[in-house]
Amino acid sequence: MSRAELLSPEGLRIDGRRPAELRKITSTTCVLSQADGSAYLEHGNTKVLAAVYGPREARHRALVLHDRAILNVELNVAPFSTGERRRRSKNDKRLLEMASFVKQTFEPVVIATLYPRSQIDIYLQVIQHDGGTLQACINATTMALIDAGIAMTDYVCACTAGWVEREAAIDLNYMEESSDTSEVTIAMLPKSSKITLTQMESRLHVDKLEEVFRLAGEGCKQMYEVMDKTIRDRAEDLARKMAV
Amino acid sequence: MLRQKAFMKKTKSGKVLKVVKEHYLRDDIWCSVETCKVCEHTEPVLSAVPSINKAFRLPHYIIPDTNIFINQIDVMEHPLITNVIVLQTVLEEVKHLSLPIYQRVRDMIANKEKRFYVFSNEHHRGTFIEKLKDESPNDRNDRAIRVATKWYANHIKDLNPRVSVVMMTDDAGNRDKATADGLQAISVKWYIEALDNTEILDMMSSAKDLDDGQKTIYDEHLSSAHISNGIKSGKYLQGKLGISSHNYLEGSIYTKINGEEGTILIVGRSNLNRAVDGDIIAVELLPKSEWRTTPTGVVVDEEEEQAEEESLKAEQEAAAATAAKEDTIMAEPEAEKATAAVEAHKLDTPQPCGKVVGIIRRNWRQYCGFIDRKSVHTPAGSSAPVNVLFYAMESKIPKIKIRTRQAHSLLGKRIIVAIDSWPRTSRYPIGHFIRALGEAGDKSTETEVLLLEHDVPFHEFSKQVLSFLPVEGENWVVQPEHFAGREDFRSLNVCSIDPPGCTDIDDALHVVPLANGNYQVGVHIADVTHFVKPGNVMDQEAASRGTTVYLVDKRIDMLPSLLGTNLCSLRSNVERLAFSCIWELNKDAEIVNVRFTKSVIASKASLTYEEAQNRIDDASMQDDVTSGIRILNMLAKKLKQRRLDMGALTLASPEVRFSLERDTQDPVDVEMKELKETNALVEEFMLLANISVARKIYEKFPDSAMLRCHPQPPSANFEKLEKAVARFGIEIDHSTSKTLSDSLDSAVLPEEPYFNKLLRIMTTRCMMQALYFCSGAQIEQEFRHYGLATDIYTHFTSPIRRYSDVMVHRQLHAAIDSSLSYGDELTDKEKMNDLCGNLNHRNRMAQQAARSSVELFTHLFFKNKTEEEEGYVIRILKNAFIVLVPKYGIEGIVYASAKVSKADSGESATAQPQPILVYNPETDCLQSTETLAEGETPKTQVQLFQKVMVQISIDDDLKGGGEGGMRQKLKMELLKPWIEGISVHGIANKDDPEAHAVTSTKKRDEAPVPAQDKKRAGKRTKA
Repeated sequence: MSRAELLSPEGLRIDGRRPAELRKITSTTCVLSQADGSAYLEHGNTKVLAAVYGPREARHRALVLHDRAILNVELNVAPFSTGERRRRSKNDKRLLEMASFVKQTFEPVVIATLYPRSQIDIYLQVIQHDGGTLQACINATTMALIDAGIAMTDYVCACTAGWVEREAAIDLNYMEESSDTSEVTIAMLPKSSKITLTQMESRLHVDKLEEVFRLAGEGCKQMYEVMDKTIRDRAEDLARKMAV
Repeated sequence: MLRQKAFMKKTKSGKVLKVVKEHYLRDDIWCSVETCKVCEHTEPVLSAVPSINKAFRLPHYIIPDTNIFINQIDVMEHPLITNVIVLQTVLEEVKHLSLPIYQRVRDMIANKEKRFYVFSNEHHRGTFIEKLKDESPNDRNDRAIRVATKWYANHIKDLNPRVSVVMMTDDAGNRDKATADGLQAISVKWYIEALDNTEILDMMSSAKDLDDGQKTIYDEHLSSAHISNGIKSGKYLQGKLGISSHNYLEGSIYTKINGEEGTILIVGRSNLNRAVDGDIIAVELLPKSEWRTTPTGVVVDEEEEQAEEESLKAEQEAAAATAAKEDTIMAEPEAEKATAAVEAHKLDTPQPCGKVVGIIRRNWRQYCGFIDRKSVHTPAGSSAPVNVLFYAMESKIPKIKIRTRQAHSLLGKRIIVAIDSWPRTSRYPIGHFIRALGEAGDKSTETEVLLLEHDVPFHEFSKQVLSFLPVEGENWVVQPEHFAGREDFRSLNVCSIDPPGCTDIDDALHVVPLANGNYQVGVHIADVTHFVKPGNVMDQEAASRGTTVYLVDKRIDMLPSLLGTNLCSLRSNVERLAFSCIWELNKDAEIVNVRFTKSVIASKASLTYEEAQNRIDDASMQDDVTSGIRILNMLAKKLKQRRLDMGALTLASPEVRFSLERDTQDPVDVEMKELKETNALVEEFMLLANISVARKIYEKFPDSAMLRCHPQPPSANFEKLEKAVARFGIEIDHSTSKTLSDSLDSAVLPEEPYFNKLLRIMTTRCMMQALYFCSGAQIEQEFRHYGLATDIYTHFTSPIRRYSDVMVHRQLHAAIDSSLSYGDELTDKEKMNDLCGNLNHRNRMAQQAARSSVELFTHLFFKNKTEEEEGYVIRILKNAFIVLVPKYGIEGIVYASAKVSKADSGESATAQPQPILVYNPETDCLQSTETLAEGETPKTQVQLFQKVMVQISIDDDLKGGGEGGMRQKLKMELLKPWIEGISVHGIANKDDPEAHAVTSTKKRDEAPVPAQDKKRAGKRTKA
């Protein structure tokens, strides 16, 4: 019983949200002038910066594909991102794994055949960590790719959901994630509702899976609204500036 | 709206972390008042016309602060208190301070009639407040409560009918600030007094205001920071206090002393320093010179009691004189003369002693007991509040001082009391009355007492639990769809064998001879998990009950009786669902193969042990069922022989069975439980099934299988027994269960036929307790079951009455059906471990409750009787010895220093009487005090195994003095051998003053339960 009560009988989570509510999302694009495309995204206290370079000439000749572009994802977590300062090595397997998740998510969505014999680099920097790093990385990448003007079939929106005590809840924060909750991250193409990534590491009862999935899907759609608005605002802003 | 909460936190490893959390404020937290039109709540909790109290003009809702819940939880639970707004701030503080109280508050919130509403003020936009600079967390929370009260006051001020809110706090400063803000505030005391209800007044916890002029009796406890530093540096030792059951002024903790595990004794009132049995305490070791060198004695403290009584009397008279003066706190007399007892015999190595310097966690609960008649001095009928003393039934608990207005009507009744505090100025802890159970000595009251005392949940199953029963109720039958995934065994000759009167039949057997000369043997266990699905309310209830508790006259079920005695019970001639374990055994009863399956069976006969035995013996019976039983019997004997060869122990316990009168359920006769061949038959196959299942589930769930082990007893347990039997030229080799079993078999004294049984009983008490555990939590070598001499064991065969078996069923089902989906309740090591802990606790409690129930019926049986019986000495104490009477299976203390009314308690040694027999630690016996020449045997001595004649009667002499039977206990007096000063002259001389002297010394102790006396042969499959 010493474990924290993640969902009070009154139906509030520890930070005061209800189970089906996302955290506050803040996002901007075009934050770095050096990069071809960039985005900064906050899911509550999880903060991620994404930079996209390319399409450009591939670094290593051996990797070049003659008919399409290759994707390269690098993920870095800042030592100051958690309460306890911890430096992660570049070869940290968790980070490599997460980078490869991001890569796999975007490979079917980016229309790589438009950019043969080239490479698209995606650099992700987690500045602050409060749960849901993967979803934040994916969402930030989507926005950075759009900002870079790279052709994609659709947005990719990611959201986590999990089974918290007796109900499904979305967008778990660090406290909820770390107390032995089963958590699913899915990435969805909102127009077609196709799922490009599902990731789950703990056990979840099969009866609960459907509800968790449904909620995560809804979360993705909400996420889409927010991201789309940011992109459109940005585009309108640019259009206005060009018209002047 | 978003706020950040940032604070510093210290982790377990001592690092300081900054934790940042989001904190969302909402607009959708409603007030939940029925008549409110603004809020959009769907099911309002707070009624339109709430509580009415003379102190206020309007009906009002109560907003209590944290301390009200912590200190006055019993008052809050009273049905008169309704329509309460529990603030989230308060709830979180309560949870932080005391989990049990938090749970009780949660229970009240869940109870619709109480109308307790949780207002999440911390997440409400209008009531959230930031901590101010230089404001302490407590002040901030008090302010939060005031702000929330203010919000409510504004929110509901225009409602019709008119209502108000009242803040309830005992903090005068807080009340003043509230009044300054224009809020209504009141203390509990005023509020309750305005209610005018005696019962609830008594339930009020006493205020903790200390009078500085009072003489302090106890040393101050150290602060918690001080203690934790001291423990870290090794200056203090931490442990759970266990009070001796013979002496409530002597306790001990088991802890590491300088790296070695050992016991530290804490002797005497001032060293115990207000610690109560079960508390987690910090202890400082006393210097070696003060370590104790004598064995345990039995305490009898009369002198001090009298002094206490005088003071109470004086106080009550004074109170009667000045009736208005209510808050007199009694002056404590100085009755303590804590001089160490001078002892004749010393132990070789002094035992470490310590004193309590602080209390880390209190383990106070509610206690059953009675009011000391001697402490009530006001005239009958008076309803002025008086302080009286309360004795808990459990002898380990000190007397508790309570303040009551109904002292006279509560005399002679069993009541429940809770401890509030134990200030330094009070000799006894201060508590308050909770409720009365009924007349003392009454069977149903006493049964309720023993259930409460052993923490056995015995309330009726709630509607919610019952809602998970099959909707068909009693008409439920096996349907065609149930056959999916089950084998059809309806054609087999299955039968069950159980004790007479058994209605929860959870096992049945069958055997079929095979063509190759082998036998197919099947054990069919009731398929409880078909009905009890993991995680539902019924399952949770069963998990928390853990086991069915069998008392002499009733049974406290783990599962609702529709399941236990009907749908799951494998009754004859009805189709039932079962979980079957099918072996192929060869002629020597060796397992050729084994498989498990869910099945449908139709039992052909449910027999009692006796009926089954008769069928075996009656050659004229040749039907299929009977010949099956004969084959099973043959196989069982071989199984048993092999098991015994492996070193399984045959232990014994002096169990008795009462014949009860039909209507009154009063005991009319006592008989020893008799074991028949058929008992062993069923037991053998159950053991076989349990072992087979244990292997299977351990294979599937190596980290989380629920298993049962029985650790090897440490040699120290056998020391005294070995010494005692050496006298008869018998050696006990307990290095393995095999050697122990062999030495028990050979330990026969031709002149004393009962000796072997007695030895087995005493060996049983040297054993460790068998325990459930989760396979991932122990190394494989420790899985061994010592008593059964098997390397792995579990419980599979009684899912109706044990929850462990329910879990094992689920795990076995998952192991045989790979397509089955299951949750983490079967795989989570931590959860499994917690569950094992609870089951072990419940099991222990159930055994003790069953034993207390037997004790209760023994007392009823001996009421108005006096019997002379043969008994055996089974334990020697410093100034007494314990006698077991095999005929009734009862034990009692016979005191060795008889004529003394003030025997030593380790405390009052001023008038040390000459004991008639003294303890000789070398031979572990009591002997007469004459000086002996070398090698000479003393004139009289009492030693282990000695045969004695005792006179048994019931001691109705109560603690409170006078009639009423406050605490009945068995009185045993020595008849033979004749020892001057101790023995009595049998029934004829009952009025002999000597006899009275004996009784008067017996004050505190109940019939003792030796520490090791835990393991008893269960219903059938022991262990």
